[in-house]
Amino acid sequence: MSEPKTIYDKIWESHLAYEDEGDCLLYIDRHLIHEVTSPQAFEGLRMSNRTVRRPQNALAVADHNIPTTDRALGIGDEESEIQIQTLEDNCKEFGIEYIKTSDKRQGIVHIIGPEQGFTLPGLTIVCGDSHTSTHGAFGALAHGIGTSEVEHVLATQTLIQKKAKNFQVKINGKCNDNVTAKDLALSVIGAIGTAGGTGYVIEYTGEAVESLSIEGRMTLCNLTIEAGARAGLVSPDQKTFEYLKDRPMSPKDDEWDSAVEYWKTLASDKGAKYDKTIEIDAGNLTPLVTWGTSPEDVISIDGNIPNLEDIKDDSKRSAVKRSLDYMNLIPGSPIKGVPIDRVFIGSCTNGRIEDLREAASILPGKKVSERVSAMVVPGSGLVKEQAEEEGLDKIFIEAGFEWREPGCSMCLAMNADKLSPKERCASTSNRNFEGRQGREGRTHLVSPKMAAAAALAGCLTDVREMVL
Amino acid sequence: MEKFSSVKGISAPLINKSGNQLSLMMNVDTDMIIPKQFLKTIKRSGLGKNLFDEMRYDSGGKEIDSFILNKEPFRKAKILIAGKNFGCGSSREHAPWSILDFGIKVIIAPSFADIFFNNSFKNGILPIKLDEKIINSLIDVSMKGEELEVDLIDQVITLHDRKIEFDVDPINKDCLVKGLDDIGSTLEKVSFIDEFEGELFDKRPWDIPS
Repeated sequence: MSEPKTIYDKIWESHLAYEDEGDCLLYIDRHLIHEVTSPQAFEGLRMSNRTVRRPQNALAVADHNIPTTDRALGIGDEESEIQIQTLEDNCKEFGIEYIKTSDKRQGIVHIIGPEQGFTLPGLTIVCGDSHTSTHGAFGALAHGIGTSEVEHVLATQTLIQKKAKNFQVKINGKCNDNVTAKDLALSVIGAIGTAGGTGYVIEYTGEAVESLSIEGRMTLCNLTIEAGARAGLVSPDQKTFEYLKDRPMSPKDDEWDSAVEYWKTLASDKGAKYDKTIEIDAGNLTPLVTWGTSPEDVISIDGNIPNLEDIKDDSKRSAVKRSLDYMNLIPGSPIKGVPIDRVFIGSCTNGRIEDLREAASILPGKKVSERVSAMVVPGSGLVKEQAEEEGLDKIFIEAGFEWREPGCSMCLAMNADKLSPKERCASTSNRNFEGRQGREGRTHLVSPKMAAAAALAGCLTDVREMVL
Repeated sequence: MEKFSSVKGISAPLINKSGNQLSLMMNVDTDMIIPKQFLKTIKRSGLGKNLFDEMRYDSGGKEIDSFILNKEPFRKAKILIAGKNFGCGSSREHAPWSILDFGIKVIIAPSFADIFFNNSFKNGILPIKLDEKIINSLIDVSMKGEELEVDLIDQVITLHDRKIEFDVDPINKDCLVKGLDDIGSTLEKVSFIDEFEGELFDKRPWDIPS
C-alpha cells in the first residue's frame, strides 16, 4: 500500500510535468489575471517574441483600480484608465477571456473565480496576487505569484517550484455565536505569527472547519498568506460539490460525475504526515480585532492593548512601539470603545454574500453613528445582484451605509476609496499595514458583523453585547 | 537579467528606535517598500525614487532627514539590512523592481516572506538569510558607512578581515550567476510539458479548459 498522503501531496504529485533533483515544473491549470501585476508580463512576452501557451486556461478582470462609484462615470483617473485599457488590449491580443468593467460578472478576481466555476478542486491555480490562497477553500492548490512568474505561466503553463512542507491547523469544536471564519483566521495568525507559515502549505482540518460554509472557508484560506504560507487548503466535501454544481465553467453531465468521483479521492488520507501541526479550540474564541500594523497583532474585543514592558524580545518591543505610535493607541488600555471614523465592508476576504448577510443582520432599525462614514463594497456584480434581490442593499442604505459598485476598493486604496491621514477604520479587509488604506490611515481588522457593530456604536465594540 | 557575481558597497540598516534601543525593523511589508499609488505603472523601471516612499518623504513630498536612505553615504547603498520576515504582504513585483532601481542588489535579513524572496531572484537581487545575532553584529559597522563585500560565487560576506558565510539554493545561485532567463530554460523542456498536457486531456479533462 502506498504511504498516506495529504491533499497537498496529492495535488503536487498530479501536476508535476518535470522533475530532476528538486528542479520541478508544476503544471498550472488556471491563471487569473488582473490589471496591476500583468502589463509588464505581457510586455515581456512581446519583447521576446513569445506567445501565450494556453489562453483558454486564463481569465482576466480589472478589480484593483476600478472606482466603486457609478460605472457610467468612467474610471476618472488617467493612470488607472491606461492600466485597465492595457489589460483589455493584452487579453484581446493574446486571446484571453476578459470580463469587462461593464459586465455584471465583474468583481474581485478571487470572488469571480469560484462564482464562475473557474476554480475547482484538485487544480493548481495562480494569480499575480497574494490572496490567491482564497481558492484553497475548494481543495485547489492556489497561490500568489509575482509578475515574472505571471509571464512564465503565460508562456509555459508551468511554474518552477519547490515542494513546500505540510502544516496542519486543526480547529476543533464549534464557534460560539458571533464568532466567524474571520475570527478563526485572525486567531491562527495571532497564534503562529505572520511568518509562522513561511515555507509551508497550511491545511485546515477539524470540526470547526468542516462546519464552515464555502464562503467561510474562503475567508479562512484567503488570510493564510497573512500567516506567511502561500497556500491554504481545505479538503473538498459535499458542500464544495454543491457550491460548484451548475456554475458556468464547472464540468457538465458525465464529466461532472467523473470529476466528483476524482475530487472525493483528494482529501488527506488517514495517517498522512504533517511536518507541523497546531490545534485550536474554536469554543474558546471570542470576536477578535487587530490593534497594530501587522495582522498578527490580534486581541479579543474585550482585551487590552499590550504593555511595552511585558514584551521581552527587543525587536518585537520596538515594533510594537512603532505600531502603537502609528495607531495612536495607549498601551494597556481596553480596545473596546476606541472611536472610529470609517467602516469598510468588502474585499476578497469578506466581500461575499454571506459576509453581507452577517453584517446586515444586526442593522435593521438602527443607524450608523454620526461620526462614522461607512461603506459596503460587494465583491462582485453577482454578489451585488444577489444582495439586492435579498433586500440587503436597502438595509445597509437605511442604516446609513453607502452601497457601492464591486472592486478591491479600500482594502488597498488604489482607487479613490481611501482613508485620510489619521482616520481610523474598522475594516473587513486583510491588511492593517502602515498606509495600507491610505497614508497615515489606521486600520483595525474585524469580521463583517464586528464592522457593522462598530459603525453603529461609533467605536470598536463587542457585537455580542449589541446582539443581546 | 544582469549576471551577478559580487557586490561591494555601502549597506543601509532599517532600524526601529525604542528609547535608546536600536533594533532591526521586522515585518517590513510590501506596502512600506512601494505604496500602492505607484503600482499604476505599466513599466518595470523608474520606481527607485518611490522606494519606501511614505518613510522617505513627508506628505508634501519633502525628504524626511532622519530616514536612512536620505542620509549620506546611504543614498548610494547597494545592500539593505533588515529584521525578520522582510517583504511580507502582497505579491507585487514592484517591490523588488523599486529596490533594484534604487541601486540595491543585496538584502540581508533573518527571514523573508516566500513570494518576495522568489521575486527577488527573478530580478537579479540576492536575498541572504543570516542568523539574527550575526546581523545585529553588522549594524554598528553598517551605521558607520563602511563597505561590505558580498561574493555570491564563494558565498561569503567580507567586512575588513571578518568573513561570514551564507547559504543559497544552488538553482537560484546558478540563475543569478549566469543571469539566466527562466522562461527560456523552461521552454527547453517543452516536450515534457506537451506530454503532461496530453495525458491530462485523457485523465482529468475538467482540469484543462478547451
